[in-house]
Amino acid sequence: MSLFLIKMNFKDKDIISIKDFSKKEIDYILNYAKKLLSYADGSKNTNILKGKVLSSLFFEPSTRTRLSFESAMNRLGGRVIGFSDPGGTSQKKGESLADTIRMADAYSDAIVIRHPQEGAARLAAEFAESPVLNAGDGAGQHPTQCLLDLFTILMEKKNIQKNKIVLLGDLKYGRTVHSLAYALSLYGAKLTFVSPPTLKMPKEVIDECRELSVVPKQTSSLEKAIIDADVLYATRIQKERFPDAEEYNRVVGSYKINNELLKNAKKDLIIMHPLPRVTEIDPEVDSTPHAVYFKQAFNGVPIRMALLSLVLGGKI
Amino acid sequence: MKKKDLKVPRIKNGTVIDHIAAGNAVKVLHILGIPKSSSSTVSVAMNVKSKLGKKDIVKVENRELKRSEVDKIALISPKATINIIRDYEVKEKHRVKLPDEIIGIVKCSNPTCISNSKEPVKSRFKVISKDPARIKCYYCEREPEDISEKII
Repeated sequence: MSLFLIKMNFKDKDIISIKDFSKKEIDYILNYAKKLLSYADGSKNTNILKGKVLSSLFFEPSTRTRLSFESAMNRLGGRVIGFSDPGGTSQKKGESLADTIRMADAYSDAIVIRHPQEGAARLAAEFAESPVLNAGDGAGQHPTQCLLDLFTILMEKKNIQKNKIVLLGDLKYGRTVHSLAYALSLYGAKLTFVSPPTLKMPKEVIDECRELSVVPKQTSSLEKAIIDADVLYATRIQKERFPDAEEYNRVVGSYKINNELLKNAKKDLIIMHPLPRVTEIDPEVDSTPHAVYFKQAFNGVPIRMALLSLVLGGKI
Repeated sequence: MKKKDLKVPRIKNGTVIDHIAAGNAVKVLHILGIPKSSSSTVSVAMNVKSKLGKKDIVKVENRELKRSEVDKIALISPKATINIIRDYEVKEKHRVKLPDEIIGIVKCSNPTCISNSKEPVKSRFKVISKDPARIKCYYCEREPEDISEKII
């Protein structure tokens, strides 16, 4: 049965964690996002969310997530209000997040929130009548990033499940790799985790993969892992996690993706990165067919368009 | 144990919480909000010898604790039993069983969890395993390593 014939009701649903979705629901969102690609790049126009207002509440800096959410709402014919710096809001005067959310709820039809504290989006959803979309809560969840990552693999490889996928870098603290490992396991993809010994994937995440019948391989050798990989998902090693600069410098240089390394990779290997990158991918890789990280960043627009139109009930 | 050896006298009516893990009786009282929530006489025996090693016992007179009230103590003492006493006889007996959600009893161990901020919400945990007790924060999705240390 075509996925579009399956009735799914996302209206007013909060988008807080990828774990709130079944595989069928994820498939439905990814397939719907495909339909929106020509609207996302501006070659077609739509006004399905005309008259709808989105609150964009960014309590923490963001480039891609904020701009692509705002672009998505504008591309659908809706309007955006909000802030990208909480300094100009009543938070500064000590207002609770709950009260700020109540206000945004009164002024708009949906709320996008990024906040430095884990659980902030779940709390926002408790106080808002309108749907809340989590744009990243501290080291917690970032479901729209996970969906756009899955969408990128689907678009580039035509399927998700048949791929050997290497997750590389800071697997201990990186929020995107935790949700992604879970979501890829839902599809039964083959996973390899490559990290410095001090930044290994937490046991809880590996246990979750196993519960979904995926047994990830773990190694610290990128050279070996890359040989038969279909997808290499690199992440930034975050400087702020290290107590001293020397230790950071030792670890940060341990993985470098460059054309020399890629000589041993499959021709159709794709390299993804949630960005921003620092030194983990050499700019010389940007012009190779392996590099899909900028396309991946663009894919945030169709995915967020799909989510906004589904939760606001204006489907194309 | 023979009745004459009882460290705490039998009660005529009320509730006896038996087989509490040794040393946890005070925490059990805390979870139950006793004595604040009750004017009943409460007796506590700690480190009582039993067949299965040492245990604690709590007796609350003239008050029959409801299942929903006592099940929460399974968080720290999953083998505890509840005995409802009427006229010196045990009329009901059951083992505590964790509810599906724990609200306002355990503090999230993640310092940057929103439930630890000045927000108008109580801490809230989903129970993901009943024995051994494992709970996950509803807000930040983390599991506290030592639940008993985080009891509010």
